[in-house]
Amino acid sequence: MDRDNRVCVMGEDVGHYGGSYKVTRGLADKFGDLRVLDTPIAENAFTGMGIGAAMTGLRPIVEGMNMGFLLLAFNQISNNCGMLHYTSGGQFTIPIVIRGPGGVGRQLGAEHSQRLESYFQSIPGIQMVACSTPYNAKGLMKAAIRSENPVILFEHVLLYNLKERIPDEEYICNLEEAEMVRPGEHITILTYSRMRYHVMQAAKTLVNKGYDPEVIDIRSLKPFDLHTIGNSVKKTHRVLIVEECMRTGGIGASLTAAINENFIDYLDAPIMCLSSQDVPTPYAGTLEEFTIVQPAQIVTAVEQLCQ
Amino acid sequence: MASAFSATAKFAQPLPLNTTSSARSQDKLSPPALFDPFRTSSSAATSPFLGSTRQLLCKSNRPLSHRRSSSSSAVVAISDVKQKKPKSSSNLLITKEEGLELYEDMVLGRSFEDMCAQMYYRGKMFGFVHLYNGQEAVSTGFIKLLTKDDSVVSTYRDHVHALSKGVPARAVMSELFGKTTGCCRGQGGSMHMFSKEHNVLGGFAFIGEGIPVATGAAFTSKYKREVLKEPNSDHVTLAFFGDGTCNNGQFFECLNMAALWKLPIVFVVENNLWAIGMSHLRATSDPQIYKKGPAFGMPGVHVDGMDVLKVREVAKEAIGRARRGEGPTLVECETYRFRGHSLADPDELRDPAEKAHYAARDPISQLKTYMFENKLVNESELKAIDKKIDELVEEAVEFADESPVPDRSQLLENVFADPKGFGIGPDGRYRCEDPKFTQGTAQV
Repeated sequence: MDRDNRVCVMGEDVGHYGGSYKVTRGLADKFGDLRVLDTPIAENAFTGMGIGAAMTGLRPIVEGMNMGFLLLAFNQISNNCGMLHYTSGGQFTIPIVIRGPGGVGRQLGAEHSQRLESYFQSIPGIQMVACSTPYNAKGLMKAAIRSENPVILFEHVLLYNLKERIPDEEYICNLEEAEMVRPGEHITILTYSRMRYHVMQAAKTLVNKGYDPEVIDIRSLKPFDLHTIGNSVKKTHRVLIVEECMRTGGIGASLTAAINENFIDYLDAPIMCLSSQDVPTPYAGTLEEFTIVQPAQIVTAVEQLCQ
Repeated sequence: MASAFSATAKFAQPLPLNTTSSARSQDKLSPPALFDPFRTSSSAATSPFLGSTRQLLCKSNRPLSHRRSSSSSAVVAISDVKQKKPKSSSNLLITKEEGLELYEDMVLGRSFEDMCAQMYYRGKMFGFVHLYNGQEAVSTGFIKLLTKDDSVVSTYRDHVHALSKGVPARAVMSELFGKTTGCCRGQGGSMHMFSKEHNVLGGFAFIGEGIPVATGAAFTSKYKREVLKEPNSDHVTLAFFGDGTCNNGQFFECLNMAALWKLPIVFVVENNLWAIGMSHLRATSDPQIYKKGPAFGMPGVHVDGMDVLKVREVAKEAIGRARRGEGPTLVECETYRFRGHSLADPDELRDPAEKAHYAARDPISQLKTYMFENKLVNESELKAIDKKIDELVEEAVEFADESPVPDRSQLLENVFADPKGFGIGPDGRYRCEDPKFTQGTAQV
């Protein structure tokens, strides 16, 4: 926002309140109420407003207080955000960033625990990225703001408290690249967002058991970085996908299809995909635990694949 | 049915909103200001932060209930905005030049739409085509008052809005034929007329979808003036939509935001009484749409949308308000479409008597009559314009006919502004580096 005064933020409680997860804390103080706009509770309209502002020269960042609320803005995201560059014959660009916290939290209930990446992935004309560490959160956010394309940035409710040392100087992360978290030889584990931490926890156990998993945080949910992924598959010949979105029609399903299409000759075993159960996230803690993939399941899956 | 609306213009003014006031405005001697939810800070150190509600609650000790009880009496009916004065009067509503300009624009709209119908039945254009016949007064009355930098946002019934704003007829016709020379390279079609040069921001297929986009364009105008400190930024946005849209959530959400932030926008309702086959009166609890303006704190005006001069007078006022920074206006134009909803609509539900009633009030004929009665023009001048427009439309059709259809290589060209968005392929190169990529042969 310092660098480019066309960058502005819009969303519910982003201004005076500092954001429901304090992502925009202090910004309204510094930049004023117009650049950090507290909107009324009207997702469809203010997302559309962000799109109109982007078309006319601004670079807005629209926050969904919870990603699930953006379902109300689906009309604008699908029809306008994704499509208008094309239907206008390339005349209008929409350099908007739509971001917000999503994912399964701590007993937040079904509606506040949604993972919208699977719903948005078919929309042509948008890019989707998911951040997972403080380093890539900052880098991806900057890259998304500077991109001329509309970008949806998925944050996770349980990752806001992570602490990490990040460089003082400016850096950006590439929106289309995946991140190599842990190089290995035996199996490729593809994951994103919070599941990265479950995978790394499982990786500790696996290393003790003598396995050498290669962990890749795909980061770019649309489009997939098939180069990094492909190189890994060619090396290890086994793929496990660990994701938090639901089984049906999720990111894992698309990724499985993409890998099968491109790298079937390099696979020694069918691709295994661990996703959340197809269920509205229950409130009860024990049931909620069963909904998402836990490290123990990842260990079991790796052992199975590596037989 | 139609008699519920009279030909006079009615104004509905909002009451001054004496709700909470900011810390600063307490000091002013002027009447209590509307609570300004903004204050933009020019520098970090000097701007007081209007933060906690604690401060707001202390200041507000006036009950809000008075507003609700008297809002119904805020509707004030005023008599005709314009008086059609007899010939001897010196204060006519338009000069001769203006009259000719209005006439030409309406005739262009009418001829173009008639030609569209012909071309459609000859198989030159396809899909959903929604024609504007009969509503020309609204488009001409409003858009001819705009500058090139002002924006127009429309719906699927957008050909004439684009034409009035200045998009060349040949570009619109080519777009309808689906040729590369169309204003959107053939990719948009009838319902998606866009022009960056003329600030036509669409063309939207779903109703209500364009209203937030218009609100965003108005927001940019305000932002440019207040944050980017561009002093001449007073661009106004017009959002056109129909009676059916006025029951849609996006409409109300945007009325709220536009009034809240005093955005330079005019909401123009083209109430043609029918949403495909659904009569406005069967769909709306309170059919008087203009009354919905004051509920959100903006004036609501009802005007006879078949009379371009009346529309123009109201438009001057509304656009002037927006340009001066006084905020939005809701203008309900009672108008009528002479044809069906689209070229696929058999138009069986509407009463022939109703159609005849409005056909008798054809805006083009009305303007003609006015200009003759007031001796502004003579027959031959108008005939010359008719001929000029006919030739223009014919030429547009010829141009569109001769233009090329899009090549396969155009398929994926405009999906992303930055084609890196298609990602990195298995070979490590960005997919967009492959020259054949836009044909869609590459896998995504």
